Amino acid sequence: MSLKKFVLGAVGAAVLAAPLAAPAPALAEDTLYLPKLVYRTGPFAPGGIPTANGASDYWAMINERDGGVNGARVIYEECEFGYNTDRGVECYERTKTNHGGALIYQPYSTGVTYALTDRTRTDKIPLLTMGYGRSDAGVGTAFPWVFPLMTNYWGQATGIFKYISEQEGGIDAMKDKTIALVYLDIAYGKESIPIFRTMSEKFGFTLKEYPVTFPGLEQKATWLQVRRARPDYIVMWGWGAMNQTAIKEAAGIRFPAEKFIGNWWAGAEQDTVPAGDAAIGYKSATFNVAGKEFPVIQEIVKHVYGKGNGAGEENVGQVLYNRSVVTQTFIHAGILAAQEKFGVKAITSEQLRWGMENIKIDDATAAKMGITGMVPNIAPTCEDHIGGGSFFIQQWDGKKWNLVSEPIEPMNDLVVPAMQETADKYLKEKGLEPATCG
Amino acid sequence: MEDFVIEFMFFLEVLFSGLLTGTLYSLVALGFVLIFKASGVFNFAQGAMMLFAALSLVGFQEMLGVHWTVAFLLTVVVMILLAWCVEKFVLGKLVNQEPIILFMATIGITFFLDGFGQTLWGSDIKPLDIGLPTGSLDFGGIFVDQLELVAGATAGGLVLGLAIFFNKTKIGRALRAVADDHQAAMSVGISLRNIWIIVWSVAGLVGLVAGIMWGSKLGVQFSLSLLALKALPVLMLGGFTSIPGAIIGGLIIGAGEKLAEIYLGPFVGGAIENWFAYMLAMVFLLFRPQGLFGEKIIERV
Repeated sequence: MSLKKFVLGAVGAAVLAAPLAAPAPALAEDTLYLPKLVYRTGPFAPGGIPTANGASDYWAMINERDGGVNGARVIYEECEFGYNTDRGVECYERTKTNHGGALIYQPYSTGVTYALTDRTRTDKIPLLTMGYGRSDAGVGTAFPWVFPLMTNYWGQATGIFKYISEQEGGIDAMKDKTIALVYLDIAYGKESIPIFRTMSEKFGFTLKEYPVTFPGLEQKATWLQVRRARPDYIVMWGWGAMNQTAIKEAAGIRFPAEKFIGNWWAGAEQDTVPAGDAAIGYKSATFNVAGKEFPVIQEIVKHVYGKGNGAGEENVGQVLYNRSVVTQTFIHAGILAAQEKFGVKAITSEQLRWGMENIKIDDATAAKMGITGMVPNIAPTCEDHIGGGSFFIQQWDGKKWNLVSEPIEPMNDLVVPAMQETADKYLKEKGLEPATCG
Repeated sequence: MEDFVIEFMFFLEVLFSGLLTGTLYSLVALGFVLIFKASGVFNFAQGAMMLFAALSLVGFQEMLGVHWTVAFLLTVVVMILLAWCVEKFVLGKLVNQEPIILFMATIGITFFLDGFGQTLWGSDIKPLDIGLPTGSLDFGGIFVDQLELVAGATAGGLVLGLAIFFNKTKIGRALRAVADDHQAAMSVGISLRNIWIIVWSVAGLVGLVAGIMWGSKLGVQFSLSLLALKALPVLMLGGFTSIPGAIIGGLIIGAGEKLAEIYLGPFVGGAIENWFAYMLAMVFLLFRPQGLFGEKIIERV
């Protein structure tokens, strides 16, 4: 046998034998299976890495410190999809029945969220889309398996507008103002357009829309148009590679950074550090606070990094890392609620849906989870999968993000009817009956 | 009248900005042309080589804490090594195979380099600062990006250097001989192996220069490899074998897509510049199938 044939044969045998060689979990052990769709590679990896690391580190800490959740060990498993919707769906299909069944999915991709909305409904698996995904999915009766939590894109858009109008001396002062909406030309970026148009009609400001071609590398044409329009404010719905280029281009046309406000996916260290001095003064929305001083982050440092483990120490305490950690604490709270209600440790995905609809993140729970001051309180219900919530505006000073606003609540008088209208339309198009609550 | 002047100034700004962006596309396209010209292989991996070179440059700077010139030299060594590996393990085994086989092999190289580069150096956006000027200059209300001015000058310098290399040096003549006919070149004693290593090394060096320019503008990140898609319409338009064609093609595509985005985009919802570039190239192909400067291929039946 030649060396080449031997090597090929050995590799082939190893590949075929790999599934058989994997250790089978002990049958008696209670486990909780949390698959995570991640994108550590590709054009959106700069945002994908810290969100993946936050989740990975949190569950490693829970297993290390507590031996799991109430004694049920957490099986955290990543599936790389490179922010490609088709690969994200494939990851979902591949993992959903592993280890007794997936409890919940959190793809950090609006495209994947849209693709999985119907599938998770059929499979009865919750889809946690905190701060992204379908804006109308907060209507729990129409989307019983989707949990946007906190606020959605429409709520965020109205909140950013509220902040801008406060800077200008009130909503009446916005009548002769122009807001430029610069957005990534994909499902995610377009999500905010309807509510901005509604606000433009209602409050009388001029709205200019500027799509940026995916993935947002070359934006010169966009910024030339922005320069010509001379807007009073720029609002950005960007993600990944697009953001830091946009910040640099805005500086290139000498637009004042403090009047350039990104949404909460355009406000991380990954967006501002590569942009250098151009980012000083730039603002963004955020619903979680950056920093390492919070108890939950300290626990991760102690129990994960302190023992030489961990996914990426450079991300610890960053905006996106902390956001992912907060998301995991909400899942954790949902698991605890379901375990208590149903009296089992190894809960099912259907039981976790009940748990997610009954979490109460108040001051006491926040203290218990170690997230006091890190994120606003929320209390979702069966009907309301957002659960209240608010967010802040933060500003980059060249080294770190600083909060520059009080908590901002969305204009729910605008957002809730719009959500209900499109949710009703969705049910009608799909021929579905609304879920019943209580 | 005043409105007209303002609008005309804006038009000039768009045009000039498009031309400068076009030179940045040309830098990427040059690497494709070099390898196609010398070996008849359409190197799909050129974008990945640019990313790999830029990642290596920043990686050496971060890892060793050295001045960028030292990192540049180390990266040149890496790109020569890469060229050697490509010849040794991929192309060397495929001599005299159909061009489509060689093309498919370069697709394989693309995915390998994309993945290997990120595994080796990470997937975060890395700022690249070698002291190139940033920000814009104000010429009577027309803003011109300083970095793009440097890129334009660099592209011009590269074309001049490559033209001399191809036309005035012995190696350049050997490269052209290999491009005309592999077997005939080998029969007169030209080492195909060495020629391929040289041309892939030069393409790697061009990729490094393009990577520095784009990396300074966008940060070094995975998306740089996608810029290869921006170079394709430039090649279609300029011709796959012409170095000046890559420059002229870049200028036409750069200016064309910016003007289209700004003056036609609003009528069709915007974000048209990517596909418009390809459409523009195809319109040119209707009149000159070999591209503006490409060699007309006549085969006897």
